[in-house]
Amino acid sequence: MEQLVELVWLVPAFPLLGFLTLMVIGRRLGEPMAGWIATGAMGASFLAAVVVFIGMVGLDSDDRLTEVDIFDWIVAGDFNVGIGLLADPLSVTMILFITGIATLIHLYSVGYMHGDPNFSKFFIYLNMFAFSMLMLVLGDNLLLTFLGWEGVGACSYFLISFWFSEEANASAGKKAFVTNRVGDFGFMLATFLAFFTYGSIEYGEMASGSIGSSAATAITLLLFVGAAGKSAQFPLYLWLPDAMAGPTPVSALIHAATMVTSGVYLLARVNPIIHEANDWAPSLIAWVGLFTALFAATIALGQDDIKKVLAYSTVSQLGFMVVAVGTGVYVAALFHMITHAFFKALLFLGSGSVIHGMNDDQNMKNYGGLYKYMPVTAGTFLIGWLAIAGIFPFSGFWSKDEILVGIWDNDTVFLNKVLFVLLLVAAGLTAVYMTRLVVLTFFGKPRWRDEVTGEAWVSSDEPLPNRHPHESPWHMTVPLLALAGLAFAGGFINMPFSWGSGDSKNDTKYLEHWLEPSLRWDEYHLQNTGGGMKFVLAIVATVVAAGAIFWAWKQWSDERGGTGPDAPEILSRGWRYDETVSNFMGGPGRKGFEAITSFDRTAIDGVVNKVGDLVRLDGNILRRLQTGLVRSYAVLIGVGAIALMAYFLITGNA
Amino acid sequence: MELTSTWYLVLAAILFAIGTVGLLVRRNPLVMFMCVELMLNAVNLTFVTFGAELNDIGGEISVFFVLVVAAAEVVVGLAIIVAIMRRRSGTTADDISVLRG
Repeated sequence: MEQLVELVWLVPAFPLLGFLTLMVIGRRLGEPMAGWIATGAMGASFLAAVVVFIGMVGLDSDDRLTEVDIFDWIVAGDFNVGIGLLADPLSVTMILFITGIATLIHLYSVGYMHGDPNFSKFFIYLNMFAFSMLMLVLGDNLLLTFLGWEGVGACSYFLISFWFSEEANASAGKKAFVTNRVGDFGFMLATFLAFFTYGSIEYGEMASGSIGSSAATAITLLLFVGAAGKSAQFPLYLWLPDAMAGPTPVSALIHAATMVTSGVYLLARVNPIIHEANDWAPSLIAWVGLFTALFAATIALGQDDIKKVLAYSTVSQLGFMVVAVGTGVYVAALFHMITHAFFKALLFLGSGSVIHGMNDDQNMKNYGGLYKYMPVTAGTFLIGWLAIAGIFPFSGFWSKDEILVGIWDNDTVFLNKVLFVLLLVAAGLTAVYMTRLVVLTFFGKPRWRDEVTGEAWVSSDEPLPNRHPHESPWHMTVPLLALAGLAFAGGFINMPFSWGSGDSKNDTKYLEHWLEPSLRWDEYHLQNTGGGMKFVLAIVATVVAAGAIFWAWKQWSDERGGTGPDAPEILSRGWRYDETVSNFMGGPGRKGFEAITSFDRTAIDGVVNKVGDLVRLDGNILRRLQTGLVRSYAVLIGVGAIALMAYFLITGNA
Repeated sequence: MELTSTWYLVLAAILFAIGTVGLLVRRNPLVMFMCVELMLNAVNLTFVTFGAELNDIGGEISVFFVLVVAAAEVVVGLAIIVAIMRRRSGTTADDISVLRG
C-alpha cells in the first residue's frame, strides 16, 4: 500500500507530459487530436490519483503521511528546499477532485473550443495549469507551493486573455495578474518570516515547531493576504468577475473549481500556525470572509450577464469557506470547497452550454424559456441551483450547514452569533440570485433577440430566422451529467449522523475521519451544540433557503415575458467599489506612484548616475596616460620595476 | 682568474641594460623586438647562473618556460609587424599610436 502512495509523483507527471507533448507537436496535431491528448493526460492523472487514494485508504490513519523527495532544489547554508511531494489525506483529497473535475472540463473543452484557431494552444495552457495546481497542492514546502501558486496565476492570465485580440479580454488578464501580485507579496513575506522564525519552510517542520503567538499571527495574516488574492476575498476580489472574459471552461476550471480554492487550501495546510496565532487573527479572517460573502451576494443580485452572476456567486461562496477557516472548522471549509467545486463547475459549464446555444449572447434578459430547447442543460443546471441554494439533500445543504453549525458553536470567534445570522442572510441571498438566474434563463417566455436585426421575438410559434437555441454535443453534456451526479450526491461524504455510543459509536462523517491525520490538533470540534440544536439549525437554514427561493420565484417569474424588477443600480455596479478603486488608482494613487517613480529617478538613479559620472571624470584624466607610444609604456614599466625593487630593498621584505 | 657566478651576473645585467636602453631609444619595431629578446635572454642567463650556483634544477626549468613563451611571442609579434609593414612601409613605432586614449 505504501508503494501505491509513493506513486504520487505520477499525478503531476501526466499533465506535465501532456503539456510538453503539445508544446512540441500540438500545432501539427491540431483539432481534435490535441484536445484528446490533453484530456487523456488528465484522465491518466485522475487514475493515478485514485490509485494513490486506494493505497492511502489501505494504510493505518497514523501512517497516512508520505513524503516523496524528488531532488534537492536550493541548498544554501541553513536554507534547504527540495522538490518534494507531500501526500497526506488533505493533499490527496485535493488532487482527487482537481484531477477529476479537470478531466471533465478538458472533455467539455474539446466541444466548446471547436473551431477555434488556437485550439491546441488552449490545451497547452489547460495542461500546464493542471500541473501547476497539482504542484501547489502537493508541494511539501512553502516555496514549492509558491511555485505552483505563480504557475496557476500565469496560466490564469494566459487563459483569461486567451482571446486577446479584444482589448477588454487583454486588460482583464492584466487586472487579474496585477491584483494577484498584491496577494503574492503577502505570501512571499510570510515565507521569509517563516524561514526566520521556524528556520525552515517545510510544512512538516513548521507544524512541529513553535514560534510564539506574535510571529505566528504575523505569518497567518501575511498568508491570509496571499489567500485573499487567490481566493478573491475583499478587498482583492476585483479580478475574479473580470476574469469571466476567458472561455467558459476556463471560468469553470480555474475561476470556480480549483485555482480560487488554493487560498483556502493554503490556510488549511498551515492550520498549526493559525492555531498558534492570537485569537483575533482567526476572528479577523472569519469576518473578512463574511463581509465578502455578503458583499458579493448583493452584487450578484444586480448582474444581468449570466457569467457575472456566477462569478460573484463564486466570490461569495469562497467567503463561506474563509469563514469556516476562521472558525477553525477546516473540515467544513474543505467539504464546502469540494461540493462547491462540483456544483459551481456544473453551473459554469451549464452557462457555457447556454451561451453556446444562444450564439455567445450572455445577457440573461435575452434568454427565457430555454428548458424546452436544452433539456439536458436545464435539468443539470437545476440540480446545481438546488445544490448551491442549500436545499436538502443536495450537496450544498450539507456543507453549508457544517459551516453554519461551526460558527454558531465556536465562541472564541468575535461575535459569533452575529456572524451566524449574517451568514444565514448571505445564504438566503445566494438562493435569491440563483433563482433569479434560473427563472430568467430557463423559464418564462422567450425574450430572444434576432442576432442580425436585433428585434425581439413576439410570436410564440415562429422561431426567429437567425436564432436557434439548441442542445450541445455529447462532449459537453456528458461532463454536465457527471457533475450533476456529483453535485447531488457530493454531500454524502460527510453527513452529521451518528449512532451507538462508546466504542461502538458510528457516524457518517467520512470526510472528517479521513482528514483527521492532517488536521488532528487544530480542527475545532463542536462543544456547545447538541444533536437537537444541530437539527434546529439545519431546519432554520433550509427554511431560509426555501423561503428565499419562493420569494425570488414570485418576484422574477413573469409569464408575460417581462424580466421582473431590477436590483438598485448601485448593486449592478458592484457598490461602485471597482470604480472607486479605479478612480483612486487613476487619481491620487497614480500621483503617489508617480512621486515614487520620480524619487526613484532622481534619488536612487541619481546616486548611481553620480557614481558613474565620477568614474567617467577620473577616466578622462587617466586616459591621457594611454599615449599609444610603445616606448613610453616601456619607460613606465621600467619605472615601476625600479620602484618595486626600491620598495623591497628599503623595507627588507624581499 | 676564475670565472665565478658574479661574472655571469654582471654580463646578464649588462645585456639587460643594453636591451632596455635599446627598447627605449630605437624606433624601428624590428629592432625593438630584438631588444626585448635580448632582455629575455639576459634573464635566462641569470636563471642558469643561479641554478648552477644553488644547485637547483628549477633555474634551468624556468629557462625552458621563458624560451617557449618567447618563441610564441615572436610568432605573434613578427606576424603583427609584418602585417603593419605591408600597410604602411617604413613606419616607426611612434607612428603606430592608433590606440591612444
